[in-house]
Amino acid sequence: MHESYQPAVSALQRRFGAELREFRDEITLLVEPDHWIDAATALRDEFGFNSLEGITAVDYWPQQTPRFHIIAHIYSFSIHKTIILRVPLNGNSPTLPTLETVFPNANWHEREVWDMFGIRFEGHGDLRRILMPQDWQGHPQRKDYPLGYEEVQFTFNFDKISLKKPAPRE
Amino acid sequence: MTEQQLFEMGGMEHLFSERAMRGETMVLNMGPQHPSTHGVLRLVLELDGEIVQNCVPDIGFLHTGVEKNMEGKTYQKAEVMTDRLDYMNTIGNNLVYCMAVEKLCDLDVPPRAQGIRVILAELQRIASHLLWLGTSALDLAAMSVFLYAMREREMIMDIFELVSGQRMMTTYIRPGGLWRDVPVEFEQTVREFIRILPKRIDEYESLLTKNPLFIERTIGIGKISVEDCIRWGVTGPVLRGSGMGFDLRKVHPYMGYEQYDFNIPTETGGDINARYKVRVQEMRESIRIVEQALDKLPLGPVRSNNRKYVPPPRSEIGTSMEALIHHFKLWTEGFTPPVGSVYAVTESPRGELGCFLESDGSPKPYRVHFKTPSFTNLQIMPLLSKGHFVADLVGIIGSIDIVLGDTDR
Repeated sequence: MHESYQPAVSALQRRFGAELREFRDEITLLVEPDHWIDAATALRDEFGFNSLEGITAVDYWPQQTPRFHIIAHIYSFSIHKTIILRVPLNGNSPTLPTLETVFPNANWHEREVWDMFGIRFEGHGDLRRILMPQDWQGHPQRKDYPLGYEEVQFTFNFDKISLKKPAPRE
Repeated sequence: MTEQQLFEMGGMEHLFSERAMRGETMVLNMGPQHPSTHGVLRLVLELDGEIVQNCVPDIGFLHTGVEKNMEGKTYQKAEVMTDRLDYMNTIGNNLVYCMAVEKLCDLDVPPRAQGIRVILAELQRIASHLLWLGTSALDLAAMSVFLYAMREREMIMDIFELVSGQRMMTTYIRPGGLWRDVPVEFEQTVREFIRILPKRIDEYESLLTKNPLFIERTIGIGKISVEDCIRWGVTGPVLRGSGMGFDLRKVHPYMGYEQYDFNIPTETGGDINARYKVRVQEMRESIRIVEQALDKLPLGPVRSNNRKYVPPPRSEIGTSMEALIHHFKLWTEGFTPPVGSVYAVTESPRGELGCFLESDGSPKPYRVHFKTPSFTNLQIMPLLSKGHFVADLVGIIGSIDIVLGDTDR
């Protein structure tokens, strides 16, 4: 680990019990959902990680605890380093407080995560779908959402396949 | 506002002011099929007369599910989808994806392959800026620049066709190196191109830089400060046009950018004119990088020798049993990187382009995410356009240089 990370990493470990993971020189800190906003605020205000690069999610279905990880890449323009915050979320329809209050550009990134993974962000100002049509059913990047390769519908299995179809239903 | 009108706003009511609800200001739909939106972008505007009070971008018309599709393909096959993201920066998309895979697998890239990658990425940057220059000048009613810029861009497309057989969707950069070495005519063709380009850039500048109409339409319009850029995560020429000399090629050098001598052009205006000047200067800097990279280009292999990830050369397959097995395994099953997640970043013509890869140890990526510059930069449209005329909006969209394939993925 590069020494410039040290103050931020040790503070987050001490204060929020963050778990440190290192892979290919990247620093990832796992925090609990309760500390999500506090950890991001501390990084921004005290350690100069002042710009949010992006928020994304990973679905670990069929695993349920945790089912999702939300990942935020936060960049520091003063030490030129990225720190990665990860938060595990359990269950099929989890919620997380919005990061919009800390980094305004989280708005669109969180809308994308809601659209693609169905994770609700509490307190978000404009939680609409962003990429899919507004009347779309389901959240396409979940692992239990079919990837394509539609089965051919015959009369004997018409209804069974209709149920699984990703197209919006009435 | 009647029920019918509310329905037509599609759940956006909370984004507009009370005055719009009372009908004092007008809510106007612009796009998605509008010639100046550079693709399929819809803007919902709140207008007070001709003045923009609020602007809500609506994206997603070009969403093709690239990230989801990549999860169903092996690492090698998934790469062809990256070309289709930002179709003005296809080489750069290949590059960032391959850099992420190489970081994940801890794969080396031979120096010759790095040099060729840099040359092509810089040519791609010039091509992208040329197209931007032409189209955004066209938006401001300067017709002839478009024709000249497309003429030079065509020469770059020819170079891509020469090396890869394709003009746009090249997939020429592969994990661990390149598809194959460049043909012998490559060096001469590129040298010829960079010899004539500086004079052509002077020509474009003589058409625009001191043109009073162009100045009138660009200075002081679409202003943004450095603080706002950082707060909103904006990168690339928009950030540099606001006065911060931040370039990932200098800050986090990749592919050997540290060996080349080049400047980061910055302007302090923060308006359309500043971004125009930054991009024109960047083209000149890119020419310098290409020239140096050509001079320094070493001889040697263009693909890594790590047979677990990179297919062996054809000549070996006929004589070596191991090479044949590796070839067979790589093209049927694919390679299996270690478990973990990585994030690779490059400086694309539009800003910071990042690729997040998560692997579960199988031959298919578990999750791919592209952090695209157009997506982050488009988000500041409301900030940039507030208080300007509708006619200036066209110039502002052009000046942040969005590609909708990049935004919607």
